[in-house]
Amino acid sequence: MELYISEFSKYIIALLITLYTYECFAVFRYEDEERRNGIYTRQNILMFAFHFSCFLVICFETGDITYLFFYAFQQIVLYAAIVLYRMLYPKANRLVINNMCMLLSISFVILTRLNMERAVKQFIIVTGSLIVALLIPFLIHKFKFMKKLKWIYAIVGIVALSVVMILGQTTYGSKLSYSIAGITFQPSEFVKIIFVFYIASALYKASGFFEIFTTAVVAAAHVIVLVISKDLGSALIFFVVYVLMVYVASRNFLYVIAGALGGSVAAYISYKVFTHVQVRVQAFKDPWSVIDSAGFQITQSLFAISSGGWFGLGLYKGKPEDIPFVEADFIFSAIAEELGIIFAICLILICVSCFIMFMNIAVRLKDKFYQLTAFGLGVTYIFQVFLTVGGGTKFIPLTGVTLPLISYGGSSVLTTLIMFAIIEGLYIIKQEEKEQLDKVRKKKRKKKKSAQQEYLYDESDVSDLAVEEIEYLSGEELEDEEE
Amino acid sequence: MKTKKNKSVNKKVKMKNREIMLITWAFTLLFLAMTGYITHYSVTHRQELINNSYNGRQKALLAQNRRGRIFSFDGDILAQTVVDEEGNEKREYPYQNLFSHVVGYATNGRMGVESQANYYLINSNAPLSQKASLDVSGEKYPGDDVYTTLNVNLQQVASTALGVYQGAIIVTEPNTGKVLAMVSKPDFNPEEISKIWDDLIADDKSSILLNRVTQGLYPPGSTFKIVTALEYIKEHPDTYQNYSYNCTGTITRGEDRIQCYHGTVHGNVGFNKSFAKSCNTSFANIGLSFDKSNFANTLQSLLFNQELAVAFNTSISRVDVSEETSEADMMQVSIGQGTTAITPLLLNMITCAIANEGTLMKPYVVDYVQNSAGNKIKTFNPSSYGKIMERQEAEILKELMTNVVEEGTASRLKDLPYTAAGKTGSAEYGTIKGDSHAWFTGFAPAEDPQVCVTIIIEGAGAGGDYAVPIAKRIFDAYFQ
Repeated sequence: MELYISEFSKYIIALLITLYTYECFAVFRYEDEERRNGIYTRQNILMFAFHFSCFLVICFETGDITYLFFYAFQQIVLYAAIVLYRMLYPKANRLVINNMCMLLSISFVILTRLNMERAVKQFIIVTGSLIVALLIPFLIHKFKFMKKLKWIYAIVGIVALSVVMILGQTTYGSKLSYSIAGITFQPSEFVKIIFVFYIASALYKASGFFEIFTTAVVAAAHVIVLVISKDLGSALIFFVVYVLMVYVASRNFLYVIAGALGGSVAAYISYKVFTHVQVRVQAFKDPWSVIDSAGFQITQSLFAISSGGWFGLGLYKGKPEDIPFVEADFIFSAIAEELGIIFAICLILICVSCFIMFMNIAVRLKDKFYQLTAFGLGVTYIFQVFLTVGGGTKFIPLTGVTLPLISYGGSSVLTTLIMFAIIEGLYIIKQEEKEQLDKVRKKKRKKKKSAQQEYLYDESDVSDLAVEEIEYLSGEELEDEEE
Repeated sequence: MKTKKNKSVNKKVKMKNREIMLITWAFTLLFLAMTGYITHYSVTHRQELINNSYNGRQKALLAQNRRGRIFSFDGDILAQTVVDEEGNEKREYPYQNLFSHVVGYATNGRMGVESQANYYLINSNAPLSQKASLDVSGEKYPGDDVYTTLNVNLQQVASTALGVYQGAIIVTEPNTGKVLAMVSKPDFNPEEISKIWDDLIADDKSSILLNRVTQGLYPPGSTFKIVTALEYIKEHPDTYQNYSYNCTGTITRGEDRIQCYHGTVHGNVGFNKSFAKSCNTSFANIGLSFDKSNFANTLQSLLFNQELAVAFNTSISRVDVSEETSEADMMQVSIGQGTTAITPLLLNMITCAIANEGTLMKPYVVDYVQNSAGNKIKTFNPSSYGKIMERQEAEILKELMTNVVEEGTASRLKDLPYTAAGKTGSAEYGTIKGDSHAWFTGFAPAEDPQVCVTIIIEGAGAGGDYAVPIAKRIFDAYFQ
């Protein structure tokens, strides 16, 4: 009986995630949220079905029914997050929330399977973080002065990172964290957000040579401190986010080329200077020759990825625990092994769908500061996903960053949830802008109608005219597309 | 109207944010490339990675599944795992020493089919219903069974014929690449591998664990004249038959001297006779005429000096020919002496290609994999390694090899119910003059080759006297 359930469930789980992923992209067929509602509801159902099936399997495999209590708590929290967001922010983008909850439920499932104790810890942190995240859109909305704090962001960022460099605890060769009152923080996670705010506030008005030069100095300070702390993954994220934000702000592709060149030179120098960089590169080029030492993690990760097959071995059927730090850096490999390649690919696609939605929001934001912020956070997110998935599968050298929302780690999950919430806040701002415009537009149209009787305008001329007038009235270009 | 409006405004938004769109696309494509890579990697590396000794999943699979059985082509058990009353597993090899190298062993490392097909043997595709009922009784699942191309009768004949000699024999089907028998001696009993392991490792003289067929490197001696003859035909496609040479028993270039076997004087020989009588001096003379870069190309296409793309662990057969090769070395190379070294497997492959109109079929021993319910899980079909010589060239070589039987050194194969073709060799080794390995490589029937045999007997003497009779016993057994 157990056997049938565990075999059958593999296909069910793969099917559920595939359907969910399909809906993630089906969303983009429609422009306005109203029409997407059906999709969102289906997503919620699929997500709960997935979550429930996985915990059913966990109970069967372990023979321990008490896991269902843990499941019940998770379900309540995720459900509450979805409902509260809808109640508090009726204009919020539901794809972002759905994906956020879906990724969290995947995280709960795989962490429960890997390490119950850590899963519980993570669950508590997630619950707290979700409450914080619930307040963020409101704060974004209120604090209009955020764009004026650029030097504060720069100083806080560099100081926070420097403190870790000097005082921080060394975890596995990298200085990443320090403890306050028994709670361990990993500041590089939070500084990611502050850094994006800094670049956005420094470049939103003008992006001439002077602005770019000063930001380059500040960005370089961040990156250098991180490289010295041996946190190569974060250093790379900061660098890429900086270059791409400059590109979007300046609209000049030369900066990307310059960034790529500068980055290559910097990478080469750090390869020559730092042995820990050399070790990483060696482990990437030929992990099999150093399988005992530097290549151990990556080869164990490759074993895991290759053993699952399309549908995975099933929860508890693989040996993902053989990979050191599987809950943090290699969670993707554990997922690929036990839930299968199809599932793993769907997971990647869900992350990509989040990213596309973030970019979608960025594109439609009128305020340059908000636009840059949304863009920067989106790139931070997706590039981190790229580093961890690519690193664990030997697509690129390993840098040891977490898979946002999935990996074990309090700072990481809190930061990511805040990022999602900020983007959600920006989306709400955009929605409100749009509504105001719609109101103005409606008024105008009424006027036009009376005019139409006299002049017998062609309808398209009318609407064009209407748009122009609104643009004139609102004092800026109209960027909204809905009629 | 509405949509038109929509589009034009959308366009405006897109134009204004070209940079963001570009980055979005760039990341999306990057991720698509990555998912493609991950899928490809995980699918293509699955077997290789599970066999890695650092991979703990192997142990996990063996804790869950009972290692599958290995069968001969007609269903004789060559290896199976049995459980005693106390539940201890033991790997049994009913034919003991007979298949020691080709089937191999699965403890103290792995070898042979046990290694090659390990992935299938430790996985179980048993039907769910069977697995469910085994779950209830607390037994392990049966691992998948591997069927080989091996023929117990031929293996036995070959092994017996080789007797107490050290050496190697491989019997294959030239038109499919199926390996029917593979004997390497000295052999061992794979059931006792754990007990005798330390002795085997300590003994560095006889290298018992080496599969001499695939990994033994021997001077090919006169069997290499097949290659030399091929190169001469390639260089003189229309006039090779006009070749003639007066053999005086020796040929000298400066300090270096080549002699015919046992100092025989063959007198005036043409191309055919040089080959049939295996005249060393004539072949040294032929070798001296070669365009060295052409020869090097021919050697390359005959798979010398490279890893073989086959499922076995093989050694690299080497022949050193380049523009710088001296005359003395060219003479040695032409008669398969000097630094030249070949595995019996490669010689067999070249012989098979001659028998199969120039097309080489990849030799293989694992035929198909079957689950406990008798359904085929995976079938290994014959596959071509490529055309390593032209059809006409193969035809000519076949004729030359038929002549060796009719009027040359393999005359012990003459006047049998089948017509054989082949080439003998007596490869000198070591420093003492006269010590030689006996070689034979050939096939039968010459007009429609069905079986191809390559034999080496270490230190036995002349190929015609020692290797050819063994070939006859194997051919007899095959055609009986």
